[in-house]
Amino acid sequence: MLAIIVFAVLTIVGFGFFGWNISKVRSNILLGKDINRNDQKGERWKIMTLVALGQKKMFARPIPALLHLCLYAAFVITQIELIEIIADGLTGNHRMFHDSLGGFYTFMVSFIEILSVLAFIATVIFLARRNLLKLPRLTMKELSGWPKQDANLILIAEITLICFIFMMNGADEVLYSQGKSHLEGQGSLGFSISSLIGPALFGSVSEHGLHLIERIGWWGHIAMVFGFLNYLPYSKHFHIVLAFPNTWYSNLEKKGKFTNMESVTAEVKLMMDPNADPYAAAPADATPQRFGAKDVTDLTWKNLLDAYTCTECGRCTSACPANQTGKLLSPRKIMMDTRDRLVEVGEGIRKNGKDYNDGKSLIGDYISEEEIWACTSCNACVQECPVNIDPLSIIVDLRRYLVMEESKMPSELTGMLTNIENNGAPWQFSPADRLNWKDEA
Amino acid sequence: MSVLKVPTMAEMMAQGETPDILFWVGCSGSFDDRAKKITKAVVKILNKCDVKFAVLGTEESCTGDPAKRAGNEFTFQMQAMMNIQVLDGYEVKKIVTACPHCFNTLKNEYPELGGNYEVIHHTQLIQGLINDGKLSIEGGGTYKGKKITFHDPCYLGRANDVYEAPRSLIEKLDAELIEMKRCKTNGLCCGAGGAQMFKEAEKGNKEINVERTEDALETNAEIIATGCPFCNTMMTDGVKNFNKENDIQVLDVAELIANAADL
Repeated sequence: MLAIIVFAVLTIVGFGFFGWNISKVRSNILLGKDINRNDQKGERWKIMTLVALGQKKMFARPIPALLHLCLYAAFVITQIELIEIIADGLTGNHRMFHDSLGGFYTFMVSFIEILSVLAFIATVIFLARRNLLKLPRLTMKELSGWPKQDANLILIAEITLICFIFMMNGADEVLYSQGKSHLEGQGSLGFSISSLIGPALFGSVSEHGLHLIERIGWWGHIAMVFGFLNYLPYSKHFHIVLAFPNTWYSNLEKKGKFTNMESVTAEVKLMMDPNADPYAAAPADATPQRFGAKDVTDLTWKNLLDAYTCTECGRCTSACPANQTGKLLSPRKIMMDTRDRLVEVGEGIRKNGKDYNDGKSLIGDYISEEEIWACTSCNACVQECPVNIDPLSIIVDLRRYLVMEESKMPSELTGMLTNIENNGAPWQFSPADRLNWKDEA
Repeated sequence: MSVLKVPTMAEMMAQGETPDILFWVGCSGSFDDRAKKITKAVVKILNKCDVKFAVLGTEESCTGDPAKRAGNEFTFQMQAMMNIQVLDGYEVKKIVTACPHCFNTLKNEYPELGGNYEVIHHTQLIQGLINDGKLSIEGGGTYKGKKITFHDPCYLGRANDVYEAPRSLIEKLDAELIEMKRCKTNGLCCGAGGAQMFKEAEKGNKEINVERTEDALETNAEIIATGCPFCNTMMTDGVKNFNKENDIQVLDVAELIANAADL
């Protein structure tokens, strides 16, 4: 009975705390400006299915894609076992579905065990890629400190979880073979992996010891699950949830199309309208809009959702021509900075009210001007992202702020812009000479 | 060489005629000495196929692309709206351009500002002319059997998903198309996009065009083909950086076709 109460409390706290964190993340994301991403629903479901569920873009790099697939499949399938654990925990049963599902139960657990072994191997390789092989994209300087720890913690947690599964099933296998399991009957449970490694590892352990190992495995498993669930909102690993909404809300336009700023359109139309009254007062309810983005609250909610979805894999950065040639720009860092700043702004607002200003901003305090001016807008980062994050639109909005509000830009660009304004070309040529090529030899 | 026939919209209108398509030359194509050759190659093809086209001539102005990529939305929209007034004044319906930056801006960013046109890249137009039998290249012409690699302009490829039109033209030359290790969706930028063409690169350890030229040189191709005047400049400079001007040429797909068809 005590176990049931402890379990019920753990479950309620586990899901409750997760729900509370989710609502915090949601309110942070909604600090962004509104954009409409609810059109073409059919297309959106299709993209989500292919890109998030089907991991289509991961397979641009087959090796990590296969390893990731092992983990992903194991994670998804293990949720079925989790249902039984929760049912057992709340009712005080042992392997509740064993008798009713019969052969299918054996098949399911066997399948989970095989995937768990694959996931174990994949996780070890992932740890090696980060810490021994030191793959360039996984050891760049923006990952030093917490991001590196975060990545390793997740992998270690996954290994621990898998160990718990095999402790639980392995010890139960030995108990069952001795007729001492809480499950009635005697023989082999017949699970693909634990029926082999159970007797090998725990064959000589006493009955009391076996029950202890089985319980450690069982409680450890569920504790890890709730721990992991609540770690997610603080971690890059949140992508396992947000990849789905993030791909659903993908940009469906051509990648080359940048947004047209509506506030500017209104101004330009006024300037070009011969009947416009230049001295007319602005309407009373007009609030001055910021051009571009100085801080995270000037970005769209999709930019902010992108930031929370980023799992820091670095495919964007490894494809970035500026980064490859030693420039400071890293699209991954743009996303990480956006998220870190958003968390800071969100906390500030929660503590001090919605008009709170800590005097800091995304551009300047987090992202430097040098970084954003190194971008060629080539869209390689957007193309690469396995969960359809768009670092480029953040870079462009930061440029817009610098240029239109601060008049800050590399001096050659000032000249280029002056030329366009004065003679309709980015270079200093007379518009009258535009057709001269026709008669040149 | 026959004289190029380049009617302007104003001339056409004065004669009461309406062209089927407007050739948007672009700033590079109008003023840059290297890009002017690409412009002329396009005109030769249009003339050869008797395409009823016109240019805006002195009435053309920058699309505003570099201003927009540099973050100056005001300058961009001013340019866009002035251009739309001119284009709509001539009742333009269809536009071809040899610059992927103009192509992208006219096609994707003008409609919301009121400018709705069918916009195609010159490689798409030429592909259509060949498919319709209006242009043929006998036995592949000058480039038969040559090794050619194609550099995907970002604003044609990733930005607008046009990968096949330029490649199909290279195949028409009976040449050997050799892909670089990074091509199509994975193509590496030449370094000129996003207004970089007009400024020095930020501090780094290499120029992007040099990195890209290495990809091209690795293929051992005799020709680097591309479809963008900026890419052309960047790749030409990259080839010079390796002192390979005598071994490898940088040419626009339109030039390849015009030369092969002996225009």
